[in-house]
Amino acid sequence: MNSTNRTVVVTGIGATTPLGGDSASTWEGLLAGRSGVKRLEGERFAELPVRIAAPAAVDPEDVLPRPLARKLDRSAQLALIAAREAWADAGYTAKAGEDAAIAPERLGTVIASGIGGVHTLLDQYDVLKEKGARRVSPHTVPMLMPNSPSANVGLEVNAQAGVHTPVSACASGAEAIGYAVEMIRTGRADVVVAGGTEAAIHPLPVAAFASMMAMSKNNEHPEQASRPYDKDRDGFVLGEGAGVVILESAEHAAQRGARVYCEVLGQGLSADSHHIAQPEPTGRGIAAALQNLLDSSDLKPSELVHLNAHATSTPQGDLAEIKALRKVLGDDLDHVAVSATKSMTGHLLGGAGGVETVATVLALYHRMAPPTVNVDELDEGIDADIVRNEPRPLPEGSIAAINNSFGFGGHNVVLALRSV
Amino acid sequence: MAHTQEQILEGLAEIVNEIAGIPTEEVKLDKSFTDDLDVDSLSMVEVVVAAEERFEVKIPDEDVKNLKTVGDAADYILKHQA
Repeated sequence: MNSTNRTVVVTGIGATTPLGGDSASTWEGLLAGRSGVKRLEGERFAELPVRIAAPAAVDPEDVLPRPLARKLDRSAQLALIAAREAWADAGYTAKAGEDAAIAPERLGTVIASGIGGVHTLLDQYDVLKEKGARRVSPHTVPMLMPNSPSANVGLEVNAQAGVHTPVSACASGAEAIGYAVEMIRTGRADVVVAGGTEAAIHPLPVAAFASMMAMSKNNEHPEQASRPYDKDRDGFVLGEGAGVVILESAEHAAQRGARVYCEVLGQGLSADSHHIAQPEPTGRGIAAALQNLLDSSDLKPSELVHLNAHATSTPQGDLAEIKALRKVLGDDLDHVAVSATKSMTGHLLGGAGGVETVATVLALYHRMAPPTVNVDELDEGIDADIVRNEPRPLPEGSIAAINNSFGFGGHNVVLALRSV
Repeated sequence: MAHTQEQILEGLAEIVNEIAGIPTEEVKLDKSFTDDLDVDSLSMVEVVVAAEERFEVKIPDEDVKNLKTVGDAADYILKHQA
């Protein structure tokens, strides 16, 4: 039980994204190269410099019963929907403890958000100003706290080994999955529900990101606005949704005869210590994270065939990532099919690591790399094999993939997965 | 205009339905908010605020703890309404 080298596998996946209300419809959208980016309608967005985003394709309030939905911030609603799908997909049919499938004290959750319950915070501030303190909802604090999605999923499945929420901006979802892997490796848990969620399509965060000059202002052509690696990219497009995986010790999965999607080889972490929000232009920190992954796992560069890149469609960030990969992998980058799924989903901030892990799991499982759309003219500084427009089959045999996530604050997380 | 006990029960049933999702016909005078109607302490605050607004009555925080059942709340409102 306390071995530090237990193999960790993925046994369930769930997602609700700008492309679909579950992982199957999301995957279908990715393979079809469909964009989830739309115009933001309504007066409250009318005066903003950025009036586009990628909202969840299925409104979570249409999925959850109203008494439950009204006590959850939108970010927690999305997380709960993705977690329920993943839990059922892994073959669990009851809460921990209700049957013998998993004991509550061996089950954890690690679900992150970059921003937390920002809709709740701002909506309740409106209530305070307009109607007074008495009308502020008693659910405000448990709704806005960033650990709310993890805690609510924990309540849903009866997780008692630990309920956690690492916060590292746009790396949060990936950091959550890495943390969950460690929980299983170190013997703290046998099963962990892990992922990321975000719901920040509100005028304030949109205005704030726009003030940073971080977002695309291609308001006239929403579907073409997110264009990683294209020479005319002008920033990211805000997306909304959640992605969750069920991680499990290989031993536990085998004992209950679970379907295994792939193995999680490990994570590589580092911090830039360069600037609070600017990417470090040489990719030094990203390279260090990837090197740490190679040093600490049995991932071999020769088996890498696919990368789900961080690639948010910002001029500097996309370049720094590819530079770092080339530096560490050398010629081995030549056999890596690079996909920037944010070209379709937009950037889900703390949800990105979750959704993109689900996409990477499915890419290995179906042996198909999703496309990158909107690369009309490849930036000449991008020295890598970008999968453009059409999905590309991945090779037979044992193959591995990595999923990158980086966040404001200089956080770098690289996750590695291998086919089974 | 003062509300009758029947009108108050009907109003409380609608409030509980909105907040906890319990069908209005199950919200009866002898039902406990916590034990029968899935209204926890946080949701009880919502019930109280909604009732104050609907029946134009003030229910101070120190009185809320005495409102165990729907009947307790209906009686309180009946007695204290404007």
